Formats: sequence, structure tokens, C-alpha cells
Amino acid sequence: MKYVAGVDVGSTQTKAVILDENRAIVGRALLDMETSMVTVAQDAFEAALATAGIAQDAVQYVAGTGYGRYKVTFGNEQVTEISCHARGAVMLFPGTRTVIDIGGQDTKAIRVKPDGQVGDFTMNDKCAAGTGRFLGAASYALEVPLSELGPLALKSQNPVRITTTCTVFAESEIISHLAKGMLPEDVLMGVHQAITSRCVSLARRVGIESEVTFTGGVSRNTAVVQLIERAVGMKVNVSPDAHFCGALGAALFAHDRAFAAAAPPEPVAA
Amino acid sequence: MTTATLENAPAGAPAAAPFDARAEGQRLFSDWYAALADAPARGQPVANVFVMGNAVEILRTFDFQLVFPEINSLQTGVRKASEEYIRVSEDYGMSPDVCSYVKADVGLILKEQHHPAGQIPKADIAIASNMCSTFIKWAEIWERMLNTPAFVLDLPGQRGGNWQVRPGDAQHAADARWVEAQFRDLIEKCERITGKRFDMDRLAEVEDRVNRMVYHWNNVMQLNRVCPAPYNAMLDGLTYIGIMNVYRGTTEGVEFMRRLEDEIRGKVARGEGRVAQERFRLLFSGTPCYVSMRRLIELFETWGGVFAYSDYLTFAAGGMDAGELVYDTSRPLESLAEITALAAQRGLSNQFFAHERLAQQVRDYDVDGIVFHGIKSCRFVSSGMADTRDYLNRRLQVPSLYIESDLIDPRYWSDAQIKNRVDAFFESLHQQGGGAPLAPKTVAAEAGRAA
Repeated sequence: MKYVAGVDVGSTQTKAVILDENRAIVGRALLDMETSMVTVAQDAFEAALATAGIAQDAVQYVAGTGYGRYKVTFGNEQVTEISCHARGAVMLFPGTRTVIDIGGQDTKAIRVKPDGQVGDFTMNDKCAAGTGRFLGAASYALEVPLSELGPLALKSQNPVRITTTCTVFAESEIISHLAKGMLPEDVLMGVHQAITSRCVSLARRVGIESEVTFTGGVSRNTAVVQLIERAVGMKVNVSPDAHFCGALGAALFAHDRAFAAAAPPEPVAA
Repeated sequence: MTTATLENAPAGAPAAAPFDARAEGQRLFSDWYAALADAPARGQPVANVFVMGNAVEILRTFDFQLVFPEINSLQTGVRKASEEYIRVSEDYGMSPDVCSYVKADVGLILKEQHHPAGQIPKADIAIASNMCSTFIKWAEIWERMLNTPAFVLDLPGQRGGNWQVRPGDAQHAADARWVEAQFRDLIEKCERITGKRFDMDRLAEVEDRVNRMVYHWNNVMQLNRVCPAPYNAMLDGLTYIGIMNVYRGTTEGVEFMRRLEDEIRGKVARGEGRVAQERFRLLFSGTPCYVSMRRLIELFETWGGVFAYSDYLTFAAGGMDAGELVYDTSRPLESLAEITALAAQRGLSNQFFAHERLAQQVRDYDVDGIVFHGIKSCRFVSSGMADTRDYLNRRLQVPSLYIESDLIDPRYWSDAQIKNRVDAFFESLHQQGGGAPLAPKTVAAEAGRAA
């Protein structure tokens, strides 16, 4: 059996996925970011190989994606995470027409054409409000682990309104609300509403069409999922592999190159 | 129309020496900055003008040395010095949200007019207009900081939805009379400042030279409809438009444009393109990021993408933006007022009709997509882009990319983010079947259209 890999070097975490010739996921790994992107990319790749139980030389082709895609020094190709998230989302949910991806410092909305290609995309610019960082700041200020933010927020009966649009100032606003005696769940729900409002606004710019697939690390947050569904007025696809969607998409591009002989869209004068 | 001999050099004229538009453009810019520095010693009156709505033709008849503060500011960006000037103005109290051109200029004033290209003289008069609301406030800054008197032109703009003034309309005639009256006031002021009498014949001569420049300018733009495109509208084109503005109405300007057209015709005839392998033809909408323009172009040209056209070359060309805007030199002042009113109205209503205009330009220049560039320190010039993009993308299926940075503030340039978006844009164009080397379209028809 031959294999391919996708490695997504993001701002906070690095993800790796191994696919077999049939496009089945046989290995995956997720590591927190380290100082060296090159090292963490290699470590994530090796960890994914270990979960797949295969040796590195069984992998025919590796595609890197994410902001650190050029740090996947052992890779054969780099593809942007916009293309990769769209590709991965369509594999997980073939009816996908809109992708909302919330990562550590990027939020992106992608319109997918009926043929599965990227029709349009938009991303947050110059500001991390509306990204995972916003939740990270809340987690730090409230001393609540990231994994518990969503469930706690869903207990809210009277959400506060977070008015700042700055991730850094959000922390002081949270502390200020707590000092006024607001309940942590109400403050948290306000944070979740703020991030949702931002990302849905981005999605509206490209046009929200059914089906909507939510990808990226924040898709594991149940409160954000519910709030997005409420805002867009439809059920949103979330896969257990949504966190790996960028790496999965990269692996699918690698699969094209390795097994379908598709030429990569190379720059002409790199 | 009285400028009837606009065409190429007469038959039998000796072959011109090889022309390098880039080198010649740089030489002309160096000469201009040298002339600025020397103006006080020559005793020459100086006028600050903006690129749009500036009455340059009148000022030229009085032999004003023209200073273009916008160009001074963008030149601090080109010369990688803008941040220094911007920070000086912010230390002085300017908000980070203020137009970076204004802040670089305030920095220049605070640095006693010492510009990286040379000393900038203080102006005897500043011509501002409502073509940009910041112009008026900018002129007020000169009044306060340099005691430069401002003359503000009121140029009628958009006054109704889905409607534009057209030549010959009663409204256009009324607008032109309104503008002409202001020009007559300006002439009186110029006479007082310079001690010279206004010369209508000289105005006609200046206008004749502007007409000739516009003729060549329009041909130069049309010649980029061929494939491969002989120049990049957002790199080479920025030099060309700089000459169009700074040397407007001068013999040097006419000669530059004439030789430029010849040079580009030669490239078209030889099939020479700006990039070695043209894969994608693109249109740039918006204002450049002068501080990182080379890098931005590199990001696109790496993929074989060339900007065949930019609407910046239209709206920032000082109203010289269409073949129909030709001065009638038999009645110079009236014609100047008519064309100023028309160009101003188009400039001011530009954003309301951008979707139709761009759709036409997409067809004219046969482009694969549009790149919109939003400006962080000027929301006005970026307004409407989202709607226009939406219209072109969804209704006409024209692929587009939105990126954002600034005119000259390098702090708004995020290389990784912009590269990411550009690469994703090309990946999606490639997925949609683009990216194969484009077949040459040397098209006699296209070249002929411009001839």
C-alpha cells in the first residue's frame, strides 16, 4: 500500500494526516506549536506515521499547508489553507457549499462551487478578533480550560454584551464584567456571541449557501457551533476530523499528485 | 476641436534614439525634484496642487512651479522612508487613522520640508477641491503650519441615484458655468501673486499639449489589451501616470508620452510581454500600496499574472481619463471648465458606477480576474469595493481577490497574509482551468483599435 500526507502548520497547532491510496485516513496527529516550525512539522508528520503504523518511506508525496507551509521542508508541495480547507470539507461533507473555518488566528469563509472548487473566499485582516485567539484570551482571563469554554457558556441565562473588537482589550473587558459581579457563563456567552458575529459576517460576504461546514479547532466548541447555526438558520456540518480539515485537504492534493498525476499549479518563477 | 495633429511623428522623420520609459521617467522625476528645490532661488512662484481637480492648466500659464504633495508622500513610500515621516506626525499628535499621505506630509513640514528626493519649497498658493474631503482639511493644515493661502474649488458631484451628468446636459452646462466662475476668481488671485496678466493664448497652448498627452495616454492603455501585455499597469503604469500628472501640459510630457507609445507599439509588434510567460491577465482596482508595490507585483508575476489594466490609471490621471475629454482650444477657459466639471463628476460618482465600468474593462482587457486593494488609512477610496466585488463575482462570475494594506504606511503590510491570499487566488484560478500559458493575441485588431 502507498500513502500520502498533508501537514498543516498553523499559528497555534500543527496537524498531520496520512491517507492511503483509497483516500482513507489512516493516521493523524496534532501538536501544539513550538519555537521551531520545521521541528514541529517533522514531529507531527512522524506522530501521524506512528498512528498509521507505517514508515516514512511508504509516503509517496507530502503537501504542506498553513502559514508555516514553507517550513514543511520535507514536503513536495505547498498549498494554501484556503484551498485545503475547501477540499477537506468537501471530502468530509460532499454537499458543502460554504466553509467556515476558525483557527488560532485566522477566520475564513469560503464559498464552494457545485464542482467542489473554491468560488470565493474572505478572511479576517490585521486583527485576531473573531478567531480562536479571542477564546484563548477568555480562557486565560477566566481561568477556564479551552475545552470547557463552550459547555460553560451554554449555561448562560443572561449573556453580557462584549463591545470591544480587540482581542487584547477583550481580556480587560472580561475582567471588568467579572468585577461587576457578572457570572462567568454570562461573560463567556458574550465572548462566544462576539466571535460568532464576526465569523458569520465574514461568511455573509461570500454568501452563505447550504450546506455549511464548520472546520478548524474552534469547531470543537459546542457553543460556537450552536450560535453559528442560529445565525445562519441552518444545521452546520461538523466532523470529528474538522480540526484536521486543512491537513486532510493538503493530503488530498498530495493524493492527486501521487496517484492521479495531476500537475500542481506551480508558480512560474518561484 | 482644434488639436487636430495629434498623431504620430510625420512620415520621414529620423528614427528616434532607443527609448527606455523607466529610465526616462526617473530622469524626469529627478529633474522635477531639482526644480522644486531651486524654485525659491529662481524667484518662481510655487503652487501646491492635488492630482484631481487642480486647475493645473491655469497655473501653468502663470509659470507656477507645481508641487504635488500626494506625489511627495507616495515617493516617501517608494523610497522606503514613509514610516519615518508618518511617525514624526504621529508624535506631533496625528491619529493613526488619518490618511497616511497627509501624515507623511505633516512629517515633511515638521522636518522643515526636507524630503528624501530634495528640499520642497513652501507654496504661495494651494489649490484644493472637494474631490476628496481630506484635500480641504489638508489645505487647512498648510494654512496653519505654513501660512499658505488655500483656494478651494467647489466641483459639483453626484446628485442623484443611477444618474450621471453627460456632456451637453443642461446640468453639465450649469456645472461648467459654476466652475468657470471659480476659475476666473483663481485667475485674479494668480495675477495678484505673480504680478502677471493672464494670457488666454498660453492657456490654449497648455491645453493643446494636454490633449496630445491624453491622446498618447489613451493609446498606451489600449495597447495593453493585447496578449502578452507589454507592460504591467501597476508597476510600469505608475511611472507613466506620474509623468502624466507632474508634466501635464508641458513639452517634456508630450514628448515622453509620444515616445512611450512608440516604445510600446514596438513591444506589441515584437510580441514582447511584461512577464516571460503570461498565464493570467488581471485588473487592479483601487489605489496602490506604494511602499510594497514591487513586492505585490512580484507575488502576482511569480504566478505569471500581469495587471493588464488598473482603474487607478483612470481616476488618478487628473481628469484625463477618456478620449472624449479633449479640450477645445478655441475657447480655452470654457472648455477647461466643462471638462473639469465632467471629470470631477465622474470622479465623485465613481464608486456608484464601478460595477458597470469594471465589467466593461474586464471585457476590454480580457482579464481572468480582478484584484481589489483596500486602503486602511482611507476608507473613502475603499468604499463600495465589497458591493462591486459581489456583483462581479456572483452575477458575472468574474473571479476576484480582496487584499488590504495602505498607501504608504508599511505597518499595514502583512506579507504572510497577503501572500497567502494571492496564492489561494491563483490556486482557485488554476482549479477553474486557468494557468496554461496564454495564447498570444497580438491581434492586429487590438493594436489597430489603438492606432
